[in-house]
Amino acid sequence: MKPSDPNTPAAKIWDFFASVRLTVVLLLILAATSTIGTLVPQNASPSDYFNTYGPFLYRLFAILDIFDMYHSWWFQFLLLLLTLNIIVCSLNRLSGTWKIVFRKNPGFVLERFRKIPNKPVFNDSRPLETLKPLFVSRIKRRFGTVLMEDTEKGFCVFAEKGRWTRLGVYTVHLSVILLLIGALVGSFFGFEGFVTIPEGQAKSRIRLRKTGVVLPLDFAIRCDAFHVSFYESGTPKEFRSDLTIVENGNPVAKKSIRVNDPMHYKGISIFQSSYGKLPPDTVTLKMESEETKLEYRKKASAGQKIDLPEGAGSFIYRDFKSRYFFRGRDLGETVFGTLIPPGGTPKKIVLPLRFPGFDRMRKDTMVFSVETVEPRYYTGLQVSKDPGVWVVYSGFMIMIVGCYITFFMSHKRLCVEVMQKGNGNQVHVTGTANKNKMSMDAVVDKMARELAG
Amino acid sequence: MTSSFILSVITFVLGLSATLYIAAWVFKKASVGKAATWIAFAGVVGQTAGILLRWMESYQLGIGHAPLSNLYESLVFFSWTLMVIYLVVERAYGNRVIGAFVAPIAFLAMAYASLSPNINDRIQPLVPALKSNWLIAHVITCFIGYAAFAIAFGISLMYLIKQKEGRQQGRLLSLFPENRLLENLNHQMVTFGFLFLSAGIITGSVWANSAWGSYWSWDPKETWSLITWLVYAILLHARLMRGWHGKRLAYISIIGFGAVLFTYFGVNLLPGLHSYAQ
Repeated sequence: MKPSDPNTPAAKIWDFFASVRLTVVLLLILAATSTIGTLVPQNASPSDYFNTYGPFLYRLFAILDIFDMYHSWWFQFLLLLLTLNIIVCSLNRLSGTWKIVFRKNPGFVLERFRKIPNKPVFNDSRPLETLKPLFVSRIKRRFGTVLMEDTEKGFCVFAEKGRWTRLGVYTVHLSVILLLIGALVGSFFGFEGFVTIPEGQAKSRIRLRKTGVVLPLDFAIRCDAFHVSFYESGTPKEFRSDLTIVENGNPVAKKSIRVNDPMHYKGISIFQSSYGKLPPDTVTLKMESEETKLEYRKKASAGQKIDLPEGAGSFIYRDFKSRYFFRGRDLGETVFGTLIPPGGTPKKIVLPLRFPGFDRMRKDTMVFSVETVEPRYYTGLQVSKDPGVWVVYSGFMIMIVGCYITFFMSHKRLCVEVMQKGNGNQVHVTGTANKNKMSMDAVVDKMARELAG
Repeated sequence: MTSSFILSVITFVLGLSATLYIAAWVFKKASVGKAATWIAFAGVVGQTAGILLRWMESYQLGIGHAPLSNLYESLVFFSWTLMVIYLVVERAYGNRVIGAFVAPIAFLAMAYASLSPNINDRIQPLVPALKSNWLIAHVITCFIGYAAFAIAFGISLMYLIKQKEGRQQGRLLSLFPENRLLENLNHQMVTFGFLFLSAGIITGSVWANSAWGSYWSWDPKETWSLITWLVYAILLHARLMRGWHGKRLAYISIIGFGAVLFTYFGVNLLPGLHSYAQ
């Protein structure tokens, strides 16, 4: 991989990216700059920024893309540098690791094990020929590869396991690359959009979050109903949209989606995101006649004229507002209508839901109030497509497995040397590991006890 | 007896245990240390009971969710995880001085949860965004990670204190574990925490994707968890590849725990999606 002539520009670039110092510096810069976007709110409106930071900082931040810094050219450039750094560093070291891991004959150097200090030693009086098969079989229980060799004074048994775990760190690096590739795939081939659909209606065009561009879909999403429920404390309990996918005029799929339970259709995912109230279609009016003291109830649909009892004329339900200010006070949800008395001029009528006596102020013979409204909602849906998500998820899984291998497994090598001494034999147990050396000491001690016992 | 009552009693039990760990270290009394361990153990048992009882209570209230849904519950769980991991370390290495640096953190977390007027200890129903099987996996993995980093922080403090007193070998240092063990434990706790923090970020990310349709949206809590992850990634690379050791790693470990604390508490001061954790 590495260019052979060290003086070429290619080789210099390679060396630049092959440095772990660069990794540490890049990680440090990424960590430090990432804090900026948590302190400066991202993707707010320009006027908010201008008011908060003043003209100078606003210009400076705008030039540096601070208002959308995680997608800015310089942040993406840092990620690109990190990617190259990871790839080059890994390739640089992989060739060496590869040779160790895929070597046909494990190489053991007895001298290296002999130099290890503080090794457990014990004496065994049984003859060498008895010990050989006994030790080999005991060691085989804990180690994969076991090799026996005769030495000048006796014999030694080499064993090893977990040679492949040396590859763990490369899988972690691979997983990071997969995450970045997945994110890239998502940003090129995916989209994140938003649509609001009133109950009973269908929409086939969504608005993209970033650019505001309208994107037509191959199908329409119909919201059959929206439900919201609350706990007694008033905090929301559940948001649910009953959706139907309509393709070429035919309903092809149906699902009730909730937060945490989205719908997927043709690679596009639909999430419950928000909701809102719409003016109700029909309201139930209550009318009290001051003359006859009789009460009447009637349903009124938006824009439709209804006839009133006792020859009081007719009424049209015109409008609904969630807030209505009267003498500086918000009276809340309010119905607006027009009363047309027989032969008279039409009058505007205001009916706040929370104040049924409000209409008495008109001092008319017929007092109107709204008894019930049928709430109507629109649902706010996040509609997105991300073909990169499976690349990212596989990166996630590889990262967890890779971290486990890298941190908690190691290439362990054991050497048991048996030397004839006097009438008996002296047994030396030693071991090495490429990491977690302290835990290897425990393995060696345990092995020594097993062999002695 | 309610779970909140049990847990506030446990706060004092852990406080006593922390005091005894410190006393055993300062006055070098092995018997006091033993008492500290047993009281810590009793505290953990009581905490386990409190957490389980709270879980049952939430079902009796008809709410029915794991006690991992708000700041109070997460602090209790953090404290519990911290003490469990610590007791395992104490048993494995037979050194109680570490307890003088770790048990106070567990006590402070409980005290903050029980006594702070800003923290509601009532069992609350879950808002729609939290109704997910990922809740348990996400909170447990994150807090195991945080607890491991807290222990690494305590051990790094010990290491730095030891280096400072250094030459004259102060009286207080005689019971400290040897440098090699401290460094090794710091590294072990960081790797353990790193694995779980990674798993915590990943489960959170998968959860966000199923709730909001985006696995990563640079919300301040997400970003700070990434910053924490980067700090510990720096530590691991500096140690394994550049041979850093000793003081420098202890400092990075302390900075890392600062990032953990900011991810946990500081982010609540910033606007974002994790507002229910307040």
